[in-house]
Order: sequence, then C-alpha cells, then structure tokens
Amino acid sequence: MWDSPYCHLTGIDMSIILDHVNYIYDKDTAFERHALKDVNLQLQDGEFIGLIGHTGSGKSTLVQLLNGLLKPSAGAVYFDGADISDDDFDLKNLRASVGLVFQYPEHQLFETDVFQDVCFGPKNLGLSKKDAELRAFQALKQVGLKEEYFYQSPFDLSGGEKRRVAIAGVLAMQPKVLVLDEPTAGLDPKGREDILNMIAQLHKELHNTIVLVSHSMEDVADYVERIIVMNKGEVLYDAAPQEVFTHVEELEAVHLAVPEVTYIMRDLARAGIKVRTDVTTVEEAVEEILACYGR
Amino acid sequence: MLREITLGQYYQTDSVLHRLDPRVKIVGTLVFIASLFIANSPLGYGVAAVFLAVMIKLSHVPFQFIIRGMKAIFMLLIITMLFNLLLTPGEEVFHLWRLSVTKEGIRLALMMGIRLVFLVIGSSLMTLTTTPNNLTDGLEKLMGPLKVLHVPVHEIAMMMAIALRFIPILLEETDKIMKAQIARGARFDTGGIIDKARAMVPLLVPLFISAFRRAGDLAMAMEARCYHGGEGRTKMHPLAYEKRDALAYLLLALYLAVMILSRFVPVGGML
Repeated sequence: MWDSPYCHLTGIDMSIILDHVNYIYDKDTAFERHALKDVNLQLQDGEFIGLIGHTGSGKSTLVQLLNGLLKPSAGAVYFDGADISDDDFDLKNLRASVGLVFQYPEHQLFETDVFQDVCFGPKNLGLSKKDAELRAFQALKQVGLKEEYFYQSPFDLSGGEKRRVAIAGVLAMQPKVLVLDEPTAGLDPKGREDILNMIAQLHKELHNTIVLVSHSMEDVADYVERIIVMNKGEVLYDAAPQEVFTHVEELEAVHLAVPEVTYIMRDLARAGIKVRTDVTTVEEAVEEILACYGR
Repeated sequence: MLREITLGQYYQTDSVLHRLDPRVKIVGTLVFIASLFIANSPLGYGVAAVFLAVMIKLSHVPFQFIIRGMKAIFMLLIITMLFNLLLTPGEEVFHLWRLSVTKEGIRLALMMGIRLVFLVIGSSLMTLTTTPNNLTDGLEKLMGPLKVLHVPVHEIAMMMAIALRFIPILLEETDKIMKAQIARGARFDTGGIIDKARAMVPLLVPLFISAFRRAGDLAMAMEARCYHGGEGRTKMHPLAYEKRDALAYLLLALYLAVMILSRFVPVGGML
C-alpha cells in the first residue's frame, strides 16, 4: 500500500497510518486476548470510511488506537508522521484532532444543562469561555438540536436527542478526524436514519475525515466511500463499497450481510436479467433496472 | 486503565483452592484474618507469610496478578504506615520537624503494613478462587442458623452477590466513561488535589446515573422472572462437603493452633 512509514516526508497529504499494529489485552494472564493482528491501514484526509465488523472483531479497539487512548502492543500508529507511542508525542493535540464518539455517548453527559455539557470539550482545549460557547452553539446547530433544548438538563431529553448532544460535545472540539463508534446503536429506524443523514451532512459541510463504525452494512453502504471490513482482529477487506459487496459469500461467512438491494440484484442477474450486481443503494438499483429495460 | 484492580474479581483456572467448598474458603479467610491479629512476633508473621505463600502457590493464580490488586490499596497503606510511624508516643529514635519517630512507632507501622497487605492478599485470594455465585451460596449456608433470629440471611446473601457481580461491571463502566471524557480533553492525572477532585465530576455523575439505571433494570428483570425472595428456593448445585474439605478444615485448625502458640514463644529482636 505504501513503501515506508516515512511517506509523510514525500509530502503526500495523509493523517493516520497504522503500520503492522497488534493489540493484546491483559497480556500474560488467563484473560489474554489478541484483539488486533497485523493491521495495516492508511486514513487519508477528507475520507468517509465505514469500519465494519461483527462483535469482537476488534473495531472498538482499533478506534481507540486512533486517538491514543490505547497504544499498540506491537507495530506503530502514526499521526501526521509522528509515532503516537513516542514519549514526546503531543497526545493533547492528537485528541483535539481526532474526535472519538463512543458507543452510547449519552452515558457520558454530566452537566446541568445541554449547553454547558457541549462546552466541556472546547474548554478542555484551553479556549476562552466566549470561544468555547461559540463552538458549542455551532456544534449544537450542526447536529440539528432545537434551540429550546439548549438550556434544559440533558437527562430530560429523549434517547436520540441525548445522542445528538453527546455527538455535539465532540464536534465542538472541531476535530479533523471524527470517529463514531456505532452511533446508531439502540435507536429506532427513524432515529438511525436521522443520525446517519446528519453525519453525512457534516461530512459534506466540513470535508473532515469521518470513520463510521458499525456492524451493519446496510447502515453505512449509502453513505461511505470506502469500507474496511474487520474479522477476528484482522482486516478482511479494504475497498470501495461496490467492490466489498461483491464478496457476498465471504461476508456471510463472517456473519455480515450485504445490503438487501445487492441480494436482489444478484438474484435478478441469476434469473437472466442483465443488470450489474455491484449496486449498493436503492437509487442506483432503480437506475440500473430502468436502464436494463431501455428507459 | 482500571483493569489492574483485581479486588473482588474471579480468576478462571483449575486448582485445589478453586475446587474447595466455598464455606471452607470463607472460614479459612476469616481464620487467616483473625490470625493476623493474634500474631505479635516476627515468628507469627513468618508463619502467616509461609501459609499465605503456600496458598498462593496452590491457587495457580499468577503472583503478578495478585500483586496488581495491591495498587488499589497502596495509598491507604502509605497513609496508615505514616500515621503510625509519626504519631506513636514512646522512645524517640529521631525526629522530623515537630514529629518524632519512635521505636514503638516503627514497630507499629511495620506491623500494620504487614497486616494490611496480608489481609488484602488473603481476602482477594478467596474471591479470585471462588465464583461470586459460589461465594454467596457459601455465605448463605454459613449464616443459615441466624435465620432463627429473623436475620434476613437470603437477602443479605443476594445483596452481596449483586454487589460482587457489579464490581467488574461498574469498573468497566468507569473505564469507558473515563475514556470518553479523556477523548473530550478531560485530564484526570494533572493539577492539585482540588483540580483532581473537580475532574472527578464528569466521571462520577455519569457513573452514578448508570449505577441507578442498572439497578432499576436488574430489579425489573428479577421481578419479570418472579423473584420473590429466598422462601422455597432450591439450588441447582447444592453445596456438599467432600473429603478434601474436611482435610482443609483440619489444616486450618492446625494453622490457627500454631499461630496462637507463636504468641507464647519468646523471640528476641526489635519487634
């Protein structure tokens, strides 16, 4: 994929490189678990990436490496060319640059009102009260929370609204890379779609790098440009969605399904209708079928 | 981050200690703790140390794993020893500013330190080798006679089971919340004592809320399964003593006897 970990010197614009990364939990005890095995990845600026894997595939471990909450047991993670395991590495800067939204982020809310909670991140960056509040206001607007909720207790909001507030809390730090771990977990279909649309909108407006972690292909297929499939701590596929979804059998073997439309297109092709099978969204499928009938 | 806290955690492996009846282990732990307070000489502590070392060896739990649990009480240990060292009146050895270190103080500090370390290792050895379920079964059985006095034995055992079960869950939760707040730029390791205390708010508020939520969920789940206290409840694996348990009780009695005798053996030296 690249020649050396020093390719930042060649002037290629890239933000995060994982070079032969391994991660082992509870090394040398009965609980030892090899969560990541020889992972090599390169996340470029402005990419919209889906990170997919079944439970226990190592995706949550991987995202924690991205902002230095965990350090690799072997191998190295480079952020803008600097090794995050180095003693003099600026972790504060990394955490300001790579925003991580955990699973069920609403469980981290603690302030007396929504606005104060969103201010927490920017204040920790050392911004003045005014700047922090400005950022908080922007972030809350970006996640589409109604202004009437701004000064309510975060605990009085509904599940979906709480999640928006929590995402705004990270967004207010204005990270270059935004990593969201299962942002739709536990939400109803409507809430899921709302959150995903909101994230896609963010990407369109801010042109930041977004890593969307999910166990559902259906969730990410419509939005991302690149999919990384993890299985048992290893990278199984790393390609565009259309390319990844051609491996239907292999994906099913690791308990992942491709989007429903991909199945339909495959069945149509089998039935003798000449359609492309690397279709991942409903819109594309409609076009393809219409084209096939010459309309 | 908080994974090093081993207090109250079970270590899955196979050993003689793991197979012992939980009642033996509970009584054994109590006897061991009592013996630490009976001991008053280096000989006594030596015997206790040997006993503990043998038990650790028998448990097949890696020593580093047990030691890691000690980090949790490190501060307590230091403070206890310091207070004993500086505030015990007696024959002065030397003094620091207005506090004097005495012979008695050194003796007491050493004794307290050893007691505390042994006590924690001894009791964590019990939880490391006994599943929480087994532990509470044992406790319930041991306290059984108290039912006559209307002591809510089953309820106490159930509360303990839940408390023990929740230690790892809440630790994991703490770890998660801590990470989430660190990702938002929170610092838990810098600043003075007031800064540190203030930094705990973003951790403690979500933790309490989550504890209450979990408690509510658990109560609901228990009710949904018709839990109505201990009345008429039977066990899938009723506890039954075996030969090795009898042997263990015998060894315990022997150990206790040796510890009591050690009080009467005159030993020279500073202690």
